[in-house]
Amino acid sequence: MTTTGPAATAARTARGAPARRRRSSHGGAVAVLVSPFLVLFALFYLAPIAYAAYRSFFVVEREGTFGAATEVFGGFAQYRQVFENDAFWASLGRVLLFGVVQVPVMLGIALLLALLIDSTLVKGKRFYRLAFFAPYAVPSVIAAIMWGFLYSPSLSPFEVVTSNVDLLGSSLVLWSIANVVTWVYIGYNMLIIYSALQAIPQDIYEAARIDGAGQLRIALSVKIPLVIPALVLTGVFSIIGTLQLLTEPQVFRTFTTSVSSTFTPNLLVYTTSTVPNFNLAAAFSVVLALLTFVLSFVFLRLTQRRAFQ
Amino acid sequence: MSMLTRTAGYGPENARTRTVREPLMSRMAATLVMAVFTLYFLIPLWWLFVASTKSRGQMASTAGLWFADWQLWENLQYVFTYDGGVYLRWLANAVLYAGVGALLGTLLASMCGYALAKYAFRGRNLLFNVILGGVLVPVTALALPLFLIFSAVDLTNTYWAVFLPSLVSPFGVYLSRIYAAASVPGELLEAARLDGSGEVRTFFTVSMRLMAPALVTVFLFQFVTIWNNFFLPLVMLSDDKLYPVTLGLYAWNSQTNAVPELRTAVVVGAFVAVVPLILAFLGLQRFWRSGLAAGGVKA
Repeated sequence: MTTTGPAATAARTARGAPARRRRSSHGGAVAVLVSPFLVLFALFYLAPIAYAAYRSFFVVEREGTFGAATEVFGGFAQYRQVFENDAFWASLGRVLLFGVVQVPVMLGIALLLALLIDSTLVKGKRFYRLAFFAPYAVPSVIAAIMWGFLYSPSLSPFEVVTSNVDLLGSSLVLWSIANVVTWVYIGYNMLIIYSALQAIPQDIYEAARIDGAGQLRIALSVKIPLVIPALVLTGVFSIIGTLQLLTEPQVFRTFTTSVSSTFTPNLLVYTTSTVPNFNLAAAFSVVLALLTFVLSFVFLRLTQRRAFQ
Repeated sequence: MSMLTRTAGYGPENARTRTVREPLMSRMAATLVMAVFTLYFLIPLWWLFVASTKSRGQMASTAGLWFADWQLWENLQYVFTYDGGVYLRWLANAVLYAGVGALLGTLLASMCGYALAKYAFRGRNLLFNVILGGVLVPVTALALPLFLIFSAVDLTNTYWAVFLPSLVSPFGVYLSRIYAAASVPGELLEAARLDGSGEVRTFFTVSMRLMAPALVTVFLFQFVTIWNNFFLPLVMLSDDKLYPVTLGLYAWNSQTNAVPELRTAVVVGAFVAVVPLILAFLGLQRFWRSGLAAGGVKA
């Protein structure tokens, strides 16, 4: 029944169509069902976004050096500060570098593992699926603490490595963090890709085999093209996650001094807000959110697929 | 020529022999890759378990991946009694935030997603698109403005400050809409109408049951999101009695330089917090897969 992505979507739309065409007069029921979510969504999703945007247009003015602080409308003054803030662009460059390396590595491994579990080459698929998925159950804070210990020369079971290579030093710490993120999320992404592979009907493989295609050939020319929508989905979520990187570097600050308080854009936002300079922090957030949106959108465009309909 | 013989009825048999004749080299290479990654994923967890069973001195001085003197019970006692048993409170808080939050959140999301799937109403597409936009908004981006809003009404540093925002799951609405469209037939709703059942009552008595397996998936997704949300409690809470366990462990870990014996508490606390989650996750894995399949296929 469930075939490839577009076909399944079409089938579902077809099934849903009559319900849509039927003019309903269930306004009351709809209100009862929709409004609880909608009220909370407006309060805790839309309002914060609007409020952040609003605050970003204000500046604090003082009368004299010790005068009372008043907030006055400052137009794009905060945004000028954002664009002149070297720490912001440095942190952005850092997470972009992180993303360019970590996201392809993570998704590449996830794809490889999904293909192997889906192939006839390995035995014990169930065990592997469970083993690879287990790290996803570990909250990022705990994963970061655990790896922090594993990287520390005094506690690590891999003393040979950690006493010779400073995994928490300023030149490597970004990649040490990348490893934590990769460790947690490979299994999750693998499962998404694997689910997509399972949705491919077996007779396609049968046909390919009859045409003389081997396992590798089937993987490259049949399986991968059919799971591209799943890869795009995981790609978008990974890009968003990378730009919002906060938990792991924040935890690593307790292990090493080489993660500065402006290491990632979100750490900078947090640091700015504790100064406290909420208006500038709000402007940082707005710029970051817009960049996230633009990047996700460009990625979707480049991959020529519609991720959401 | 061989093409002809194959299509003439030898197809399946031929395919079977092919499967058996999978080259030994490829099978060994594949198994090797799987073994290496199994080690990569499991060794850190194994280390956490082993380290939890050791005394503080032996944690640093003995081989990390094998046991020394078994101290697990003493360690557990230490964690659960440290600072007046605050750790247990953190666990309870986490269950409250993530467990109750995800339960209520799933209910709200499923009601909304169901209405979007089953009723035609003005502004439906706009509403759905706005909620979908919400899927792309990361929870970290919301934490600071939420803090400002909550401080305006004097609700920061309360349970509500973490609990209420966690109830909202746009992704849950998105999934619920897909599941409702796929699993609740319109004819059934028509029949319920003829029987005189109200629309809302039909949702709770009939439709929700049909959507039940899918709702487990929505619940799991939201549970993880809340459980993993570090930034929101970090900015909202200053009273450590309100912390979820992740924030509590983070706080302990930032004190280990001043209070070295806390290191044991961090390691054992991390182990205790992770075990039930891993067991629950693995037990419920089929729900993840069905959910990811539906979400991914649609995407």
